[in-house]
Amino acid sequence: MTDDFTPTPALATVTETQRKMLPFVLQLADTSLILAHRLSEWCGHGPILEQDLAMANIALDLLGEARSYYQYAAELEGQGRTEDDLAYLRPAVEYRNPLLVEQPNQDFAHTIVRQFLYDAFHYHLLLQLQQGPDAHLAAIAEKSVKEAAYHIKWSSEWLIRLGDGTDESRRRIEKAIRNLWRFGGELTMPTATEQTLQAAGLVPDYAALQQQINAHVARVFEEATLPVPENVFAQQGGKDGRHSEHLGYLLAELQYMQRTYPGMQW
Amino acid sequence: METLELTQEEQFQARIDADVRIEPKDWMPEAYRKTLIRQISQHAHSELVGMLPEGNWITRAPSLKRKSILLAKVQDEAGHGLYLYSAAETLGTTRDQMLADLHSGKAKYSSIFNYPTLSWADMGCVGWLVDGAAILNQVPLCRTSYGPYARAMVRVCKEESFHQRQGFEIMQTLCEGAPEQKAMAQEALNRWWWPTLMMFGPADADSPNTEQSMKWRIKRFTNDELRQKFVDMMVPQAEFLGLTVPDEKVQWNEARQAYDFGEVNWEEFWNVVKGNGLCNQERLQARVDAWEEGAWVREAALAHAAKRAGRELAKSAA
Repeated sequence: MTDDFTPTPALATVTETQRKMLPFVLQLADTSLILAHRLSEWCGHGPILEQDLAMANIALDLLGEARSYYQYAAELEGQGRTEDDLAYLRPAVEYRNPLLVEQPNQDFAHTIVRQFLYDAFHYHLLLQLQQGPDAHLAAIAEKSVKEAAYHIKWSSEWLIRLGDGTDESRRRIEKAIRNLWRFGGELTMPTATEQTLQAAGLVPDYAALQQQINAHVARVFEEATLPVPENVFAQQGGKDGRHSEHLGYLLAELQYMQRTYPGMQW
Repeated sequence: METLELTQEEQFQARIDADVRIEPKDWMPEAYRKTLIRQISQHAHSELVGMLPEGNWITRAPSLKRKSILLAKVQDEAGHGLYLYSAAETLGTTRDQMLADLHSGKAKYSSIFNYPTLSWADMGCVGWLVDGAAILNQVPLCRTSYGPYARAMVRVCKEESFHQRQGFEIMQTLCEGAPEQKAMAQEALNRWWWPTLMMFGPADADSPNTEQSMKWRIKRFTNDELRQKFVDMMVPQAEFLGLTVPDEKVQWNEARQAYDFGEVNWEEFWNVVKGNGLCNQERLQARVDAWEEGAWVREAALAHAAKRAGRELAKSAA
């Protein structure tokens, strides 16, 4: 076991342009943390030991990525808050993760569909961010995209196995797609903040990203012999702090120690 | 035939006595094979079940750094389970068979994991004490007579020493922190001390397998020898932390150059072994549930692999 997390070097100065990125960086941080939390709930309960390891591994990658974003966000904010203050002491309405990642694990099929939808977005977003104008964010993206490439390979392979496996796996994956598809759209629907940042060229254009994601999804679904759902109403709100009921419980658990024992070192 | 068997057995023992490793294809007495399958699979099951009490705190870890470390540690345990199941498979069993024996209750795992993890300090105690005891049990296994087991243990032990250090560091941070944190550390030590002493197994007088295992050099120290080493190692560490070991009889014995300590509650030990620990049912049920609820996933993976192989065969035939 190693704690292979290396903190990114502190910024000498924060520019005005960088400071504008704060809500977006926090959104990325919250998203990675919440998805890591959900995946870590599988630890010790996976369907096969190798997949238990794989899910813990992806959770660790996302947690490391979340920490990089939170540390950067803390510097951009410049209020002396730490990564832990941002993760543990903000209420649910201040969390900026999309609805998808807070959805419960349910069964392995739901976990795979949630992961696949997020990975398709995450991977293509990171490819863009690593070439973006914010050098600090680009450095985090450059490290994370290698991990995200593995994540999307893993979730794509499982989507294919479950779609083109047995009758039961097919029934379960179709049900998971029906339940979760409505949360996929929010990932690429820009909030007002994202629109402003996109207009300034600081955040990638989601329309172009959507095309890449669609092509990827179509390829994998074809191999999985699954139809891509059409005309599904997209739920949104998470990125603006309007969450499903699940997030409150998740945060109650995640934040329990820091809320019970305020201001201590661990 | 009988003389030949005897000769083989004598040759086998001569290799053991000369500290030559036994390898999977070598002849070995059936009892040696069975003892090893029992011991290695029990060890693998302990890694698997051992993920649960610590997994219990991943979602509640008090900082992002601690969460990362804990998750990585539990992941290491899954990895140890994998090497150990593979080592046992070299003796002619299968992982599915070993898991079936775990799920039916036929195979055991370390009783320590039948105790609940109730506070964050338990993550400290599990690393510091439980992994500390495991290391004492396991370091000699790096020289155990069966090659694949010995080699698996070299890697396991390296990672376990990290685990122990992180456990001690959790305890140290708590002991240097606020009074509530120090109290949390002491309370956890009070609960974990005696159960970790039990991890070395029954007293030598009540350990019927020890003599044969020592002769085969599967085991190199007796249960009581290891328990004494553990106490001698841990009492000064507890003192360093400013914690009190919950045993009034702990006292340095100048003549023995070792600590005297009280008698383990063997009734509790046997009760937990027999399945009456607080978490025996939950731990086993969690494993059975994971296995049963995962059956459709494993079946789908096999079915898909078969379909794919069929298609490739058809393609190459075309």
